Amino acid sequence: MQYNVLEYLEDTVNRVPGKMAFSDGNFSVTFAEVYRQSRAVGTWLSVRQYYNEPVVVFMNKHPKTITAFLGVIYSGNHYVPLDEEMPLFRVGLILETLKPRIVICDSVGANKLAGFGYTGMIVEYDDIADSKSDDEVLRLIRDRQIDTDAIYVVFTSGSTGVPKGIVACHRSVIDYMEAFTAALELNETAIFGMQVPLYFDACLKEVFSTLKFGASTYLIPRSLFMFPVKLVEFMNENKINTVCWVVSALTMISAFGALEKSVPVHLKTIAFGSEVMPVKQLDLWRKALPGAHFYNLYGPTEATGMSCFYKVSREFSEGEVIPIGKPFRNTSVFLLKENNEVAGFNETGEICIRGTALTMGYYRSFDKTAEVFVQNPLNKVYPELIYRTGDLARMTEDGDLIFVSRKDDQIKHMGHRIELGEIESQVSLIEGIGHSCCLYDKSTDRIVLFYSGDTDEGVLIKQLRGKLPRYMLPNTVERMNKIPLMANSKIDRSELKRRLNSNIK
Amino acid sequence: MNELISILNGLHPDVDFAEAEGLVDNGVLDSFDIISLVAEIDSEFDVRIPAEEILPENFNSAKALYELITRLGDN
Repeated sequence: MQYNVLEYLEDTVNRVPGKMAFSDGNFSVTFAEVYRQSRAVGTWLSVRQYYNEPVVVFMNKHPKTITAFLGVIYSGNHYVPLDEEMPLFRVGLILETLKPRIVICDSVGANKLAGFGYTGMIVEYDDIADSKSDDEVLRLIRDRQIDTDAIYVVFTSGSTGVPKGIVACHRSVIDYMEAFTAALELNETAIFGMQVPLYFDACLKEVFSTLKFGASTYLIPRSLFMFPVKLVEFMNENKINTVCWVVSALTMISAFGALEKSVPVHLKTIAFGSEVMPVKQLDLWRKALPGAHFYNLYGPTEATGMSCFYKVSREFSEGEVIPIGKPFRNTSVFLLKENNEVAGFNETGEICIRGTALTMGYYRSFDKTAEVFVQNPLNKVYPELIYRTGDLARMTEDGDLIFVSRKDDQIKHMGHRIELGEIESQVSLIEGIGHSCCLYDKSTDRIVLFYSGDTDEGVLIKQLRGKLPRYMLPNTVERMNKIPLMANSKIDRSELKRRLNSNIK
Repeated sequence: MNELISILNGLHPDVDFAEAEGLVDNGVLDSFDIISLVAEIDSEFDVRIPAEEILPENFNSAKALYELITRLGDN
């Protein structure tokens, strides 16, 4: 039985040491290099007495960043991926939650942190990646580790304005990877084209599938996702045959009509998730690639990655919703109604998840953890945790789940999970703002901000840019003389929603 | 041109698009902006930008984008 995610790498490096593991199109590393460098980083951290604590990795989307993650795991610590495009204010909030003693940077990250109040140790990856590894030091760490030790903390939007850090361990990642790769029938011939940034759990799919099988992953530069024809060229040049992308990345290619000009001909496996795939766009892809397999994926970060999958096996009519399907092996998914009873067929209920794939909860936030990682209300006789997702769904008579909506103000925008409350709380901190309210306009995929106050739109956006990641910035800002309030002086969200709908052309 | 600038300002009210260059190279525009722009140019100018014209050099400044719209509109 496997206890540690690094066993994937250790098995593979014996089989195919010289094979390319990760590349960004310019810079590549083989499994032998990944092995050598991650053990060097692990040794370096360990001899300096870092153990079982967060190690921040503040680096760009690059093959070295993955090696840094693995190095942190070798040292028995948990990596925390932060991105250089994150505004420093947000980085500050996350560092405040973590209080890390050490940050691993590339040269850009080091410069950014220098002008910032962080007082702990900063080390550049390139300065430690070629240091000497010590087999004995690493063996002792492995001997004392168990499979419920944490390996990473990833941060997601929090409704009160402070991002939440989700902690995952070896066991849940192994459980997830075994089930995921079996469901998608992946093997060593996979050549992944990674779309997602490295600071989300979503990158586990490519990273650990590659390590498990000795497959290969290309990290696609994010700028290519603006230019569909160039993106397809990149995929064809590198013979990419497997993608797990957010829906908006796939539809960017198909909706612009790029598939009529050039097709990513090597693609065999196309998985998508994080948003609802429009049938019209899926049809364009199926027509362009009739031999490929398509999978709809669903899952929250709190359950490690994906929890359900649906292999597209029939035609869908326009307006029909593609199911999120059935749970992965060794994961149990059920729907609870408001009275905590199981929903019947076609009844709407909250998606609840049970199993080894559950993560440990939120970092330094026992209260928030206890709100959603709760005792299974169906089990009255012994302690058993479930995760309540806040997503509503119904089940068809075939046992397939169909996503319905959210229970709260969490949205998915361009594949990113965002709490509208986090945007509002940052807006309210800006000087000269009266009331503010953020809504999501599903028909145009826009985050719309209504506000009242003396500050003009340009100034407001400029200030927000320093506080929120780019994908959380409102796409439309509307200044009002007065924000409609209800009798209890709370903001009248439904009135603003009506206004939004009447504005739509 | 003014119409285009007001579309761009709708996306980024804090940028002076009459002057700004390197909108793609400097990361002012992202993939969401490109998708919005292509849709809005279609509805406001009745010009459909084909996939092969969605290139960094055509979106790097308001001027370059306006030239693209004019060129496509003439055909």
